[in-house]
Amino acid sequence: MVCESWKARLDTYLDGELPHEELRTFDSHVRHCPACSPDALSRVQLKRAIHLAGKRFTPSAEFRKRMQQSMAPKARRSFRVGWMLAAAVVLVVGTLTSTYLGNRSGRDQVFSEIADLHVATLASSSPVDVISTDRHTVKPWFQGKIPFAFNLPELQNNEFSLLGGRMTYLEQTPGAHLIYDVRKHHISVFVFQERSLPAKLSDSAFQPGKLSFNMETWSQGGLRYFVIGDASAADIDSLAKLFKAAS
Amino acid sequence: MDLSGANLQIDSFEELALPLFDQLYNFAHWLTQNRDEAEDLVQETYVKALKGFPSFQLGTNFRAWIYRIMRNTFLTSRKGLKVTMTVPLDFDEEEEGPEPAIEHATPETLLLASSSHESLQRAIDELPVQFREILLLCEVEEMSYQEISDTLAVPIGTVMSRLSRARKTLRNQLRPQLQQEAGLRIPRGTNHGL
Repeated sequence: MVCESWKARLDTYLDGELPHEELRTFDSHVRHCPACSPDALSRVQLKRAIHLAGKRFTPSAEFRKRMQQSMAPKARRSFRVGWMLAAAVVLVVGTLTSTYLGNRSGRDQVFSEIADLHVATLASSSPVDVISTDRHTVKPWFQGKIPFAFNLPELQNNEFSLLGGRMTYLEQTPGAHLIYDVRKHHISVFVFQERSLPAKLSDSAFQPGKLSFNMETWSQGGLRYFVIGDASAADIDSLAKLFKAAS
Repeated sequence: MDLSGANLQIDSFEELALPLFDQLYNFAHWLTQNRDEAEDLVQETYVKALKGFPSFQLGTNFRAWIYRIMRNTFLTSRKGLKVTMTVPLDFDEEEEGPEPAIEHATPETLLLASSSHESLQRAIDELPVQFREILLLCEVEEMSYQEISDTLAVPIGTVMSRLSRARKTLRNQLRPQLQQEAGLRIPRGTNHGL
């Protein structure tokens, strides 16, 4: 009977949806309880079987081709009017605005959005979708959710700890958002495909805008990394170096 | 609208939507249980998504957004209306109590590893569509409860209880099917209780 309350939350645990604070206690119980442990195993087996059996239907080659052919022209037609209007605007405004200013504006917008994403996530009641301190759990979680792969650094012998991760979007571009802890400060690491970002960015370390955050960004292997948080610039740089070494 | 913005929208839609094509088709086929209808549903979903893309909220979840479009399109189709009319009134009511533990060495545990996928696929097929869709979103698409909540437009509490009922129903449907298979495969008198 003691295990009834645990069993009621077993599926939530296996779905990776237990609150962070309960996870460790639950994990420890399930691993050692002779009643819950085989039950959890059975449920995992069923989950795996459904996962495989559920990938049942594939589109025919003909349908795929038809969709690919029809989608791109439609998309472009829909925006044709917008293009014409925009071209006129660009002709007028272009004489007044230098390319430099335009680039800087785009860049500043990206940095501003990164800061917003960091703040909004930390303010959320569930800041991470995959809760784990284990990089071998967090990295595979992103598989199939974002269109690229990346490496997470080994954190042994340093003060950083991984709290988890979530999917994020920047200018409608999917990416990975990882959250680390260092001496009670939370640091966000964002990873996006460089080619998908709207503005050309240069590698740099700075304080974005008037916010009291430190940020570092760089490009490596076709991916654009952002490390941001209210930790010291030295901590931001240390975490950035760990990622650079791991990539 | 500026030039780069328009360009970005076109490219962004393709970049976000096309990688989901196979997954959306699979989900559509599970919903409609028919190849032609699945193709129509996918096509209609993409058309609606493209049309509504300018209103897509930045920073929100594109996958949940387009799945929601597909699901709503299905539910308003003739077949969708028909299947939702057969849902019992107590569909989302709380369960009577905690679900009993899965017995050790049940037909599932014995046969899941070796059984063909057909038994499981048949059982999923027979689930009410609301159970089928939530199970697929969770187990196949590996969506978080929050994403499922966004896709189905129901509270997270409903996601959890519906998912629990879906799993329970699936297990109940699997048991006789697998026992039948076990009876065919395992000779009489053999102890398969382990």
